[in-house]
Amino acid sequence: MDIKRTKNYLFWLYCQFELITCSYLMEPWEKLLFYTFNVTVLVTVLYTAYTFVPAHLSTAFHFFLHLFGNQHENTVSIVK
Amino acid sequence: MANPSAVCNGHLHHHHQKQNNLLKSGIYKKNGITKGTKKNGISNGTLYKKTFIEHFEQAPMYVAVLTFLGFGVGTIFGYLRDFMRAWGLEKRNIAAEREQQKDFVPLYQDFENFYTRNLYMRIRDNWNRPICSVPGPQFDLMERVTDDYNWTFRFTGRTIKNVINMGSYNYLGFAETDVNALKTVTIELQKYGTGVCSTRQEMGTLDKHVELEKLVAKFLGVEDAMVFGMGFATNSMNIPALVGKGCLILSDELNHTSLILGARLSRATIRIFKHNNMQSLEKLLRDAIIYGQPRSRRAWRKIIILVEGIYSMEGSIVRLPEIVSLKKKYKAYLYLDEAHSIGAVGATGRGVVEYFGMNPDDVDVLMGTFTKSFGAAGGYIAGKKDLVDFLRTHSHSAVYATSMCPPVAEQIIRAMKCLMGLDGTTQGLQRVRQLGKNTRYFRRRLHEMGFIIYGNDDSPVVPLLLYMPGKIGAFARRMLEKNIGVVVVGFPATPITESRARFCVSAAHTREMLDTVLNALDELGDFLHLKYSRYSKSSHPELYEETRLELED
Repeated sequence: MDIKRTKNYLFWLYCQFELITCSYLMEPWEKLLFYTFNVTVLVTVLYTAYTFVPAHLSTAFHFFLHLFGNQHENTVSIVK
Repeated sequence: MANPSAVCNGHLHHHHQKQNNLLKSGIYKKNGITKGTKKNGISNGTLYKKTFIEHFEQAPMYVAVLTFLGFGVGTIFGYLRDFMRAWGLEKRNIAAEREQQKDFVPLYQDFENFYTRNLYMRIRDNWNRPICSVPGPQFDLMERVTDDYNWTFRFTGRTIKNVINMGSYNYLGFAETDVNALKTVTIELQKYGTGVCSTRQEMGTLDKHVELEKLVAKFLGVEDAMVFGMGFATNSMNIPALVGKGCLILSDELNHTSLILGARLSRATIRIFKHNNMQSLEKLLRDAIIYGQPRSRRAWRKIIILVEGIYSMEGSIVRLPEIVSLKKKYKAYLYLDEAHSIGAVGATGRGVVEYFGMNPDDVDVLMGTFTKSFGAAGGYIAGKKDLVDFLRTHSHSAVYATSMCPPVAEQIIRAMKCLMGLDGTTQGLQRVRQLGKNTRYFRRRLHEMGFIIYGNDDSPVVPLLLYMPGKIGAFARRMLEKNIGVVVVGFPATPITESRARFCVSAAHTREMLDTVLNALDELGDFLHLKYSRYSKSSHPELYEETRLELED
């Protein structure tokens, strides 16, 4: 029952996507072209995220840590 | 609802004046029903005798964004298809220039042709559907299919029976084939035939026209009237006769094409004021009187205000009391086009003039059509006798156009007599009341369901906003699958982001038919996600009131 409802809901979401992007009006070959383009862009974005985001995040983390670390040392020297 | 016209012994008495004693003038202060509505301003409160509520709710921002996204994708694919057609990768089905004309100015490169080729063609099967019965509350449709994505159609030979009709302008239900009702029309058809074969000024004025004109004048409460064979031509051919060069026309933003065409043909200066916006109109009037004509600064020969009774794409009613007070203050003339409102609003069906309880002498030119509420064809212009006599000699329609044919004139006569009660029954008044009930019920239920509806609460034209181009085709097709025929409208008849489905409620619709349509709309609204309104009322306000009383105890 739950699976049926989930399937219906997913089908409804797909229909909404079709209506909003006018792919409901397209001929089959146009739909194929459009979906291929969309899927390609999505896969490229996800792959880029997978490859580069961890490296960027760790670089940013180290940068901020370094910044705050320096500040900490400065305050300690003033107090002395 | 309080009805000022009394029914005595089967005859109707109609009172023009003396309607304000029945309604308190303070009633306008008791508005405050839903948010998001335009309320009547307190400064003009004494002009309106009943509440004037109009809705023009704006959809949430994401709807506009997604609409533009849809149009963007459609445009990209349009360019792709045009490219393929230009390079011969695809067969050309549309109008194109001949080989010899390739070096001339291109004919089909403007936006309208691009839009027609690439967006309209994809959903073209929702328009121009041929019907094969009388367009009453239900009709029969000829089924047609397309093999090449709407470029050509073929009929399968089957007819779809009893499709509920939500698109015809059949407000009072006079489009009927009942033999008893059409008895007099059949007699006149056998007496006169169908052709008139002449214009009004030559040999085309029949006794039927004289009888009809007297009846129309009596119905509206004016001195005289003149009838023409075609409603569109009434506007476009008579405005040039009334105004000319050196005159000023102040026309509403959303006026019908016939009014715009007549105004342009007259060669008068045209200035446009915002839809139903009295501040905009007053500013234009003041500027016109202060500054006069553009270069010579002379006074304008005539200033005429062109408005409609009910605007057919918005469902809004004109603010007549304010316009009349403005016209009297600035000494302008008023031309009121009651194409959709004659027969459809007002306590006895006499149009917006009666709806606001005003005197028909206040409007200089009353124009209307017989196509909508009377089940016939043609138009009329009514007013003072001098005006109508002038039009009889100077109107282009009177000189060149064939006059109305006698069976159609007889249909109008019998419909009008029925409305006025002169045939001895109260059927006419019942029809008007049924239309009012149907309108209010339909609009209330749609508001409760959460759709965005435009227009005045009393207008039988109900536009339901769809916004996205993909939903236009889906909506119309699915409604037809459920055996309901609707009219959907998109660009260029409406602004590009506000495509809509327009329902015309009729007095001939029964409660069951309206309930069928409303249930189908409910289902379809959930499936297509059309319920954008943020102000939907609860469906059982009476229960809510009861619990509040208990708590106060």
